[in-house]
Amino acid sequence: MTTNTPAASRSTRREFLKSAGTVGAVALTIGFEWAGATRRAFGGPVAAAAGAAFAPNAFLRIGSDNSVTVIAKHVELGQGAYTGIATVLAEELDADWTQVRVESAPADAARYANLAFGKIQGTGGSSAMANSWMQLREAGGRARVMLLTAAAKQWKVPVTELTVAQGTVYHAGSKRQAKFGALAATAATLPVPETVTLKDPKDFKLIGHHTPRVDASAKSDGTAQFTLDVMLPGMLVALLKRPPLFGATVKSFDATAASAVPGVVKVVEVPRGVAVVAKSFWAAKQGRDALQIVWDDSKAEKRSSAAIMDEYRRLADQPALSARKEGDAAKAIQGAARKLSASYEFPYLAHAPMEPLDAVVKLSANSCEIWAGDQFQTIDQANAAHTAGLDPQQVSIHTLYAGGSFGRRANPGSDYIVEAVSIAKAFGADGTPIKLQWTREDDLHGGLYRPMYFHKLEAGLNAEGQLTGWRHVIVGQSIVADTAFAALIKDGVDGTSVEGAANIAYAIPNIAVDLSTTKTGVPVLWWRVVGSSHTAFAVETFIDEAAHAAGQDPFTFRRKLLDQHPRMKAVLELAADKAGWSTPLPPGKGRGIAVAEAFKSFVAQVAEVSVGKDGQIKVDRVVCAVDCGTPINPDIIAAQMEGGIGFGLGAVLYGAITLKDGRIEQDNFNGYRVLRMNEMPKVEVHIVPSTEAPTGVGEPGVAPLGPAVANAIFAATGKRIHVLPFSSAGAA
Amino acid sequence: MSTSFSLNGKSTTLDADPNMPLLWAVREVAGLPGTKFGCGMALCGACTVHLDGKAVRSCVTPLSTVAGRKVTTIEGLASKPAKAVQAAWVKLQVPQCGYCQSGQIMSATALLESNSAPTDADIDSAMSGNICRCATYTRIRAAIHAAADAIKV
Repeated sequence: MTTNTPAASRSTRREFLKSAGTVGAVALTIGFEWAGATRRAFGGPVAAAAGAAFAPNAFLRIGSDNSVTVIAKHVELGQGAYTGIATVLAEELDADWTQVRVESAPADAARYANLAFGKIQGTGGSSAMANSWMQLREAGGRARVMLLTAAAKQWKVPVTELTVAQGTVYHAGSKRQAKFGALAATAATLPVPETVTLKDPKDFKLIGHHTPRVDASAKSDGTAQFTLDVMLPGMLVALLKRPPLFGATVKSFDATAASAVPGVVKVVEVPRGVAVVAKSFWAAKQGRDALQIVWDDSKAEKRSSAAIMDEYRRLADQPALSARKEGDAAKAIQGAARKLSASYEFPYLAHAPMEPLDAVVKLSANSCEIWAGDQFQTIDQANAAHTAGLDPQQVSIHTLYAGGSFGRRANPGSDYIVEAVSIAKAFGADGTPIKLQWTREDDLHGGLYRPMYFHKLEAGLNAEGQLTGWRHVIVGQSIVADTAFAALIKDGVDGTSVEGAANIAYAIPNIAVDLSTTKTGVPVLWWRVVGSSHTAFAVETFIDEAAHAAGQDPFTFRRKLLDQHPRMKAVLELAADKAGWSTPLPPGKGRGIAVAEAFKSFVAQVAEVSVGKDGQIKVDRVVCAVDCGTPINPDIIAAQMEGGIGFGLGAVLYGAITLKDGRIEQDNFNGYRVLRMNEMPKVEVHIVPSTEAPTGVGEPGVAPLGPAVANAIFAATGKRIHVLPFSSAGAA
Repeated sequence: MSTSFSLNGKSTTLDADPNMPLLWAVREVAGLPGTKFGCGMALCGACTVHLDGKAVRSCVTPLSTVAGRKVTTIEGLASKPAKAVQAAWVKLQVPQCGYCQSGQIMSATALLESNSAPTDADIDSAMSGNICRCATYTRIRAAIHAAADAIKV
């Protein structure tokens, strides 16, 4: 049993919206509409919108027009959260998928907290489905019981004689049927059941099937609304000139030339720099270009990234904090028949989402309204309130589609939101809507990068080729230090720095993983798959070196060490099998394998590369196996693996943010190269069937890609890569 | 200062700085937000529109240069190849974050309007100027082939 084809759903939804408009029901599309281009009904009680006949909980509204509105507490930034959330709730509700639309929740930790984060509403750590799985199933299941009870009451028949499918309740005996909309008013008068029996997974009709994305149509005809597209009456556009060095501040500025640009309304100083507020982007841009600013860089970071890496290299030989210690790794390696060592260097990386950061703020004396592709709603709400001098409940947030994030919008300091609020405040807090727009240069210069890291690994093998000791030292900045997420630091060790390394799954009797946490003036942040964006590379290429040193096949060497980790072993075997691991490749080609656990999902990939006459590497094919528990939407899982592979490949081939005397050397996509169409490999995704609780898919696909490709390059060329990106070593 | 041109088939006169990039003119002056800003330097393709039927980067195209010419944005797509491209995008579930997809669709449509049966190499050459950070490239390629098949019949 599957659902409609996406095309059918598209036309049906359009027809529906047309009719919804005529009956005066809630005419909200999957996307966002502003009634009279001012605002929509965020912030108020969830059931307050017109036509909402039945709103049994914070996640669902059923209209008398049969519309099923699912309220999403997570942002949709490409990962498919809206579709996944709606699928899970609609499954237990037995809703008609063509009538389901998604609306973003207001910022409210009481109702919309991410259950994986505690009392914070936010999206991250590939947790959207994992944390809402039971919450949304129960929400849908309870509502279904209430609709059935309403039908039983209306028809005066026992509820046990009723069935429900695709938004309609049936009574076979009397041949009666009613759509949800006709039952909504009665259902709204009934008590919410305390317990509910959830479906047996074998009865799932949406979960595990091809349920089309709720946002595909709007994202294919230009109507999906991003923050860039917010246009409010009287709205102005601001561009902010930030210091060229991290930690510098404004000493003085001359706004004469900027103010003379036609369309510039005001030039204001804010804590992060000087903002030009204008009637259009173009005027603001020209005004900003004309600004004269003298910076105070006495406290700024003035080092080059090469100098910082030199320091990290030295620190790797100094005492560090232990993240994992089993047995005596140093002694085991010392006494080993064969010793190996390697070091790895990872650069700063920018997220570079396609939509440069932007936020619209409408600030007045006692309220602050924010439009953004907001990823940390209640953190951003608190930071905005603090900046504005308001209470958090005076700040409302309209979460819009985000044009990518990869971690960038999940910022504990809410940098771009705080900037926008501070500009609106300096402008006069007079209720004028102001859109802060970052440019691509602002994005690449603006910090909050994936930290730079240095890794040092040593291993020992016995005469039988078995690993006896493993020592791993990681040097780099903490992502969560001095943020609301500092609780992730245990005994001085930031878990996000060592994940993927400290929890290495291979059975090795002596393991030591140490962390040396550094401080620099360069602000850092999590970047897609966080710690595993570097740890998986180090672990999975070094284990490959160990396999070759032991004279063993890299796949079978790994598999033998994974008996205690059956799910990891299973994805490794599946990827190897589907890739034809044991079949030979022609000369000039190589195959590499890697496996990783990230955010409780397991991913293995086999990469095939070919080496051109000029030594250029081309990744031809990647075979991916993923175990993410119950697959909620197999097509979105595949899409996230495909995307993770392309995102990861661009980073390992070319990605690097570097500093020269404190200045960022990359300005735009010419200096910060990312993957393009002609470089995208063929991708095959295989999903492990599972009834385990669902886990994330947005990030884990990135983790094994780099090492799989590096191991394939070794297989093809005999060269190991220890410095990223590959292009810096002439390997790409 | 005003510039007159055909915008999505309608004669349009925009009163704006003639040096203003076409991107901002169609977005902020004409009120058509489907065309996106990604880099401002013709490096990412998010702002792709058609100028006299050819794909151009509107972020580096001064408004003055389109005077008397035909501009089509995502909002004005109407050709058979364009509709086939958009249908294939939905059918193959191409978009993730979706921000670059207007530009991708404009480039793909321009390709199919000049070459109704593109090879993979043709697709590489026509589409490599359009960045997708979600890396939906495999589906974009498949959707272009699917759209080409659809307009054949």
